[in-house]
Amino acid sequence: MTGPAAGTAGPQAERHHDRHRRQPVRVVLAKLGLDGHDRGLKVVARMLRDAGLEVIYLGLRQTTESILLAVEQEDADVIGLSIHNGGHLTLAPRMVDAVRAAGLVVPVVVGGIVPDVDLERLAEAGVFAVLGPGASAAEVAETVRAAAAARRI
Amino acid sequence: MTVEPTGAPAPEHPAPPPSNPAGSPPDDVAALFARTRNGDRRALGRLLTYTEGGGPLADAVAASAWPLTGGAHVVGVTGAPGVGKSTLTDRLAQVAIDDGRRVAILAVDPSSPLTGGAILGDRVRMGSAAAAGGPFVRSMASRGQSGGLALAALGAVRLLDAAGHDQIFVETVGIGQVEVDIARTADTTIVAVSPGWGDAVQANKAGLLEMADIFVVNKADRAGAADARRDLEHMLDLGHHGDWRPPVVLAVATTGDGADELFKHVGEHRRHLRDHRSEGDRRARQVAEEMRRRLHRWVDVLVAQPSGRAAELFTEVAAGRLAPSLAARRLAGELGRADGAGAETGG
Amino acid sequence: MSLPDNPVPGGAESHDDEDSPRARAEAQWRAAFEAAPLRDGAFETMSGIPLAAVHGDPPYPGQFPYTRGIYPSMYRSRLWTMRLFAGMGTAADTNMRFKRLLEAGGTGLSTAFDMPTLMGRDSDHPWAVGEVGRAGVAVDTIADMEDLFAGIDLSGVSTSMTINGPANILMAMYIVTGERGGTERRRLSGTIQNDILKEYQAQKEYIFPPRPSVRLVTDLIRFTTAEMPRWHPVSISGYHIREAGSTAAQELAFTLANGFAYVEAATAAGLDVDDFAGRLSFFFNSHIDFFEEIGKYRAARRIWARWMRDRYGARHERSLQLRFHTQTAGVSLTAQQPEVNIARVATQALAAVLGGTQSLHTDSYDEALALPTEQAARIALRTQQVIAHETGAPSVADPLGGSAYVEWMTDEMERRATEVFDHLDKLGEGSILEGVYEGIANGYFTGEIADSAYRFEREVNAGRRIIVGVNAYTEGDDGDTPILYIDDDVEAQQLRRLAEVRRQRDAAAVTAALDTLAAEAADPTVNLMPPIIDCVRVEATEGEIVGALEGVFGTYTEPAVV
Ligand code: B12
Ligand SMILES: Nc1nc2c(ncn2[C@@H]2O[C@H](COP(=O)(O)OP(=O)(O)O)[C@@H](O)[C@H]2O)c(=O)[nH]1
Ligand SMILES: [Mg+2]
Repeated sequence: MTGPAAGTAGPQAERHHDRHRRQPVRVVLAKLGLDGHDRGLKVVARMLRDAGLEVIYLGLRQTTESILLAVEQEDADVIGLSIHNGGHLTLAPRMVDAVRAAGLVVPVVVGGIVPDVDLERLAEAGVFAVLGPGASAAEVAETVRAAAAARRI
Repeated sequence: MTVEPTGAPAPEHPAPPPSNPAGSPPDDVAALFARTRNGDRRALGRLLTYTEGGGPLADAVAASAWPLTGGAHVVGVTGAPGVGKSTLTDRLAQVAIDDGRRVAILAVDPSSPLTGGAILGDRVRMGSAAAAGGPFVRSMASRGQSGGLALAALGAVRLLDAAGHDQIFVETVGIGQVEVDIARTADTTIVAVSPGWGDAVQANKAGLLEMADIFVVNKADRAGAADARRDLEHMLDLGHHGDWRPPVVLAVATTGDGADELFKHVGEHRRHLRDHRSEGDRRARQVAEEMRRRLHRWVDVLVAQPSGRAAELFTEVAAGRLAPSLAARRLAGELGRADGAGAETGG
Repeated sequence: MSLPDNPVPGGAESHDDEDSPRARAEAQWRAAFEAAPLRDGAFETMSGIPLAAVHGDPPYPGQFPYTRGIYPSMYRSRLWTMRLFAGMGTAADTNMRFKRLLEAGGTGLSTAFDMPTLMGRDSDHPWAVGEVGRAGVAVDTIADMEDLFAGIDLSGVSTSMTINGPANILMAMYIVTGERGGTERRRLSGTIQNDILKEYQAQKEYIFPPRPSVRLVTDLIRFTTAEMPRWHPVSISGYHIREAGSTAAQELAFTLANGFAYVEAATAAGLDVDDFAGRLSFFFNSHIDFFEEIGKYRAARRIWARWMRDRYGARHERSLQLRFHTQTAGVSLTAQQPEVNIARVATQALAAVLGGTQSLHTDSYDEALALPTEQAARIALRTQQVIAHETGAPSVADPLGGSAYVEWMTDEMERRATEVFDHLDKLGEGSILEGVYEGIANGYFTGEIADSAYRFEREVNAGRRIIVGVNAYTEGDDGDTPILYIDDDVEAQQLRRLAEVRRQRDAAAVTAALDTLAAEAADPTVNLMPPIIDCVRVEATEGEIVGALEGVFGTYTEPAVV
């Protein structure tokens, strides 16, 4: 992943990130808008906790603004969105754009119901990864860790 | 349906100027710190991460922050899980903001002892945190460090203070010694209970009664609130307290009832500390206490993972070449001269 | 215990003593059975062996406590209602789907609304962005409701509307639609879900806090009791609880507890239990563990009958009989090898029928991919038709009754549910309603459900539970299933429609109606249905009506239980 930060990372930066990397990955989990399908989000929260990550759980009815605020204050490494009601093409790119507009480098991972035909559009929009029904605990944790690693380069 | 991570492709539109803290030189703690003074949330968020991580970076942050601390009034909010601490803290934060304060909240929750991970859910109940103009909220996991957590939390509070917050709330779950320790570092401690004897008894057991400067019986919309208040007053009648008798406030955090009154008592306690010159004493005690803890922590770490001179001495002892008492004395002597280089103290 | 020329197999002792309880039960059953209508059909096996309508021991179907079914003849009189949940895009789009479902032999309509509608927000609300018409049909005003049912004779169909928080508003819109199309409200027939308690527990479509919300539920119960005799004002739903992750026993227990809570709320609002209990209905899940599900339905009927009689003093037989709709378990369906879902749905549908359901929705095999395509929905309906017309399963009532295993399972379900009732009774200090409020406030329900959901997920991840195509037998997933794609244009269309309504209506009349509603809401003794109907008539939007009520009732955020 190439982000604005990459260019300024020198040897010193390496030392810093080495330090930073030893701390648990911090991920903000949220549902955007009105979608109330939170079973998956709660399951994912526990999967990530049990994989040793720190989950900042925002839960239902969040906005891109409330998520961004949490990401800044919590210095989160990853944003995890769970989207089930068909709003992914609107909501996920909006989140990515909001992150970029704020000048942040925080990857956005999406889970829930995303038809295969939309995967490419989400990737183009800058979504880091998409997981769907049946994703295993290992896949969930690996994906979020990979996203965190991308941020921490 | 499950696809491999695509990795975010290179942004098509040019990225905005790199204001991301990750891009700043890491040891540029000073630069980040300067930004926090201008209310930069992101810089503060990052410095809190350094503080939490411990080690030289945390020390650097502490060094920057130290000269600017002392302006904040720190209020600990503690009590059993589910008693309404987060909801109440959110209300108090709103009252404080309306009163013109710059408010920060540190919400500490336990990590899973098995996996080291944590689910930090306090923000869900902190509606004001989600809105612009609300308090600065940081969630912190205990990360299984016993002594370290209290120190990390203390470091975080100092930083929030130095960043210009004059009212800081620290939410902890009042169950373990560590949490009690954290609460003890506050200027004013609010102990929350809910109606029903059970809580009061629990609170007593955990030593919460002694440490409370203010009691709040939350969930006063339920039966038994008046009884709980009476029970607490009773215990206070029996117990010793100096010239400050902890008031007992009824509150309904979900509606905000009682938050004003509670905040009024917080202010009174603060004035009380000032008027009785006990504020300075308290601060002095706190700082001495912190130093004592940090020393313990140093020793703990040295013993757990001996490195450098300590490792040598342990080897000598193990090989039977040196008496343990002598080795310990030597190490203690060295500790007096140590400058901390190379040690990972996690706090 | 049989059709006249067809002795009860294994029922030899029933001839012993004319006056034995068994003989009396049998005689009573026979009389009731003979009084019931019979549908056309040969009630014999495909090899021509004649079949008794019921086998085994009393109490027989139609007899207290109705473990074996609420009717003596069960599906010999009438098959279950085959009801497919549908809704997407604009009202006009869904109207077309409805008409085709009726043509394909569906016997009832079931409306799925989109998220903004379910949450009481207009399509132009900032929250609605990206969700208009996506997961169901968008309804903002009476104009949309009229489009939705255009060309459908409302006196001739039974309509189900899946809506909760804003149920009273959508009910009002349906009433006015009927009125304008010439069907008076007393002739409207159908069900509105209107089960707010499970929203806090599972579906999360709450708007106001629990207590004022329950008042809205009882207002609707009182209103339909007085004016709409063919309407079912609440469908007490375990479906969502189960889909959110509960076990079968938790689904059973939480749902019935909610049912008891509504009975307590409605009687506290001044109704006699027998005035409304006969029109309460239930909605259960049919998951994949076949016998557990059947035990669950049987236990549900038995518990309800006993509690209604013994605790709530109901006297009418209808008040004791638990009627229920069933939906197969969407959450059991997989995105991997989706065709395999057809087998899952068939199995689940069969469990519902063997468990004595009154109506059934079968999920489409593309459940985990998107809203169903028409072709997938047709297969789902056909699955029910196969069970109904080919398998012979509906010929005999409660065909599994008497199986030692099924009877044990029924008892076990009841035992586990009873533990939950005891807990809630204690929490509520003798009131299940208060116990449920408390369980919502202290995170009991959401916590139990989340724990069960995670336990299930861990079993799957550890390989202790096999899901075909997901963690075993994974080869052959070609991923080429055609899916329904909602037009991006829906949102724009709906926004135009809403803007037009807002422009044309009498703004002063709207403000006046909303003000009256807000004033009446402040008085808990007023039934809010009439002022809501007045708001709908002058074309106030759903969001405006919710706004007026929110001003009085406040809004709800859930406790964080992860
Ligand atoms: C359970 C369920 C419900 C439950 C929700 C309970 C709850 N509190 O969550 C109930 C019954 C209440 C419900 C209601 C509705 N539902 Co529903 N529901 C489902 C269902 C069957 C399963 C979802 C689920 O929880 N699966 C189990 C969890 C564990 O899996 P998961 O969410 O997929 O999560 C996994 C991965 O996706 C991934 N993941 C998910 N999130 C994240 C986040 C991150 C960061 C990461 C890394 C990974 C990740 O990891 C998880 C573990 O494997 C799906 C269909 C399906 N089979 O998927 C429909 C479905 C999502 N529902 C649908 C609809 C339409 C609705 C309603 C709008 C219906 C209506 N009109 O009334 C309502 C709206 C409810 C609301 N408030 O929003 C549609 C959506 C259509 C679309 N997208 O085009 C679906 C697809 C069904 C369908 N085909 O029609 N539903
Ligand atoms: N009835 C009532 N419930 C409350 C009150 N305060 C908090 N709660 C509820 O108690 C639960 C736990 O609250 P929370 O603030 O998360 O508690 P914490 O674990 O102590 O931080 C939530 O469901 C709150 O809505 C109150 O004053 N009255
Ligand atoms: Mg809390």
